Amino acid sequence: MSTAPTTSSAPAADTAAVRTALSSMPRPPRPGPLSTALTFGWRGMLKIKHVPEQLLDVTITPVLFVVMFTYLFGGAIAGSTGAYLRYLLPGILVMSVVFTTVYSGVSLNTDMTKGVVERFRSLPIWRPAPLVGALLGDTLRYVLAGSVIVLLGLVLGYRPPAGPGGVLSGMVLVVVFSFGLSWVFTTVGLLLRSPGAVMNGGFMVLFPLTFLSNVFVDPTTLPGWLEAFVAVNPISHLVTATRGLMEGTATTGDVGLVLATAVGLTAVFAPLTAYLYRNRV
Amino acid sequence: MTVDTGLAVEATGLVKTFGATRAVDGVDLAVRRGSVYGVLGPNGAGKTTTIRMLATLLRPDTGSARVLGHDVVREADTVRGLVSLTGQLASVDEELTGRENLVLLGRLLGLTRAAARARAAELLDAFGLAEASGRLVKGYSGGMRRRLDIAASIVVTPELMFLDEPTTGLDPRSRSQVWDIVRALAAAGATILLCTQYLDEADRLADGIAVIDHGRVIAEGTPAQLKASVGSAALHVRLLDPDRRPEAERLLARALGGVHREPDAAALSAPCADAEQAADAVAGLARAGIPVAGFALGQPSLDEVFLALTGRPAEAAPGTGEETAT
Repeated sequence: MSTAPTTSSAPAADTAAVRTALSSMPRPPRPGPLSTALTFGWRGMLKIKHVPEQLLDVTITPVLFVVMFTYLFGGAIAGSTGAYLRYLLPGILVMSVVFTTVYSGVSLNTDMTKGVVERFRSLPIWRPAPLVGALLGDTLRYVLAGSVIVLLGLVLGYRPPAGPGGVLSGMVLVVVFSFGLSWVFTTVGLLLRSPGAVMNGGFMVLFPLTFLSNVFVDPTTLPGWLEAFVAVNPISHLVTATRGLMEGTATTGDVGLVLATAVGLTAVFAPLTAYLYRNRV
Repeated sequence: MTVDTGLAVEATGLVKTFGATRAVDGVDLAVRRGSVYGVLGPNGAGKTTTIRMLATLLRPDTGSARVLGHDVVREADTVRGLVSLTGQLASVDEELTGRENLVLLGRLLGLTRAAARARAAELLDAFGLAEASGRLVKGYSGGMRRRLDIAASIVVTPELMFLDEPTTGLDPRSRSQVWDIVRALAAAGATILLCTQYLDEADRLADGIAVIDHGRVIAEGTPAQLKASVGSAALHVRLLDPDRRPEAERLLARALGGVHREPDAAALSAPCADAEQAADAVAGLARAGIPVAGFALGQPSLDEVFLALTGRPAEAAPGTGEETAT
């Protein structure tokens, strides 16, 4: 049978070559923190390359939401599907990318159960590099997830007033916020036992946060208590700022609040993640 | 601060507690540079915990250790720059290809992209993995994974290698391949600290052995010294009739000294000096009219070493999961 070449005729190690290999590589100078983190980012991208299907989960749901909400409720909510798409698209962009951040925690949790982390931790490298690198790789995921939504919007006739520049700056803002938010999920990923628990926990938090926001409807139509929640929900702030950037009506305050939230999340949860990663038994 | 004593590992009184379990309870080790040193013990004895402290992955509660002259706590980063670790769980990334694993490590250790690629190709060839280099490690056999793992440990030449149970779970053929590799590494002058559950593995590969049990070193010496205290061989006998085991036990005890009841109700084992002595003992059973279903002469197992050293068989320490935890 030709299906099992690895067990019957696997080539063995060539011990003379092993000896040569061992003596032939002196230690090069240590790479800097940035270069190390970028190498880990490359690792993240390779994983996407090998299993591109993993992007489907994070793109299909938002695509369905765009199509479904636009055509099903667009007329009822905003008078026309076109007007609703203009309202909805920045929100769905936020939702789609924010959901993706949970995967950062899930993949870190999965990583921790594997022996490869032991090796990373035994290397003479900048300690947080595996974490920072993984999130840099995830950033690519965010950009991909965001691009799918924007492209779909363009196909469906979304023409934002602020033009390509507005869309681009909206996208950058969403990605920056998500970078900050993903540190929350890496912390969760190190605290919970299984990848499934991280996934469930993440979505349990994110579903109410994204639905009870201004993604789908204008909060002034909501009952007072709900409107109050929506007003303090950081996802609403992000949606307001993104929508503003795409409409050309964003204020410095809107954008500043989002950036401050991202910095705050990173400042608290990045060191916490690094601490948990370092001290994990 | 470097104090060069010619020792690659120098540990005194290492202690590590997990909750109520003293996983490592005062381990002392001295490993010469250029030697292969075996740490032998059953699951839960504290081998992995010891190695993880020496490789700077765990802080000892008390005690201290110097690796290549550097303190593992105060100079952890320096130590990490000199050693490599092949963990008990294969320390390679299953979701990448074999080649990508090696290039990744090369880059992390400071090789240029071209040098990392060239080094990966050289190692894949040397370890017989060239053909599988483009496949995801997930699909590798246990033996291939182990070879890749060891290759990953020498992407740049380490001054000290930690190998944690390199052949546990491998089939005999892959096992002997890994042994060949370890011998080749030793011949090239590497210092290796090897944890194992198998006496024959330590015997074949190591210059010195420490036997560890319940977090303590209970015996130390060369393989020859250790075997001298245990008997260099062990006779395993299976009787046709389990009811006659007590009788056979008395006969073997008289002929060979010690005797040990195996879990199988019809089986016994006993240390012996050589094949002749073993043959005499089996003949003695036949003369006494005790039917023998089969017998074999082998190396003493870890169990027998433990029996000789502690008077009780090796057992996993109760309630310790730390040997397999990550």
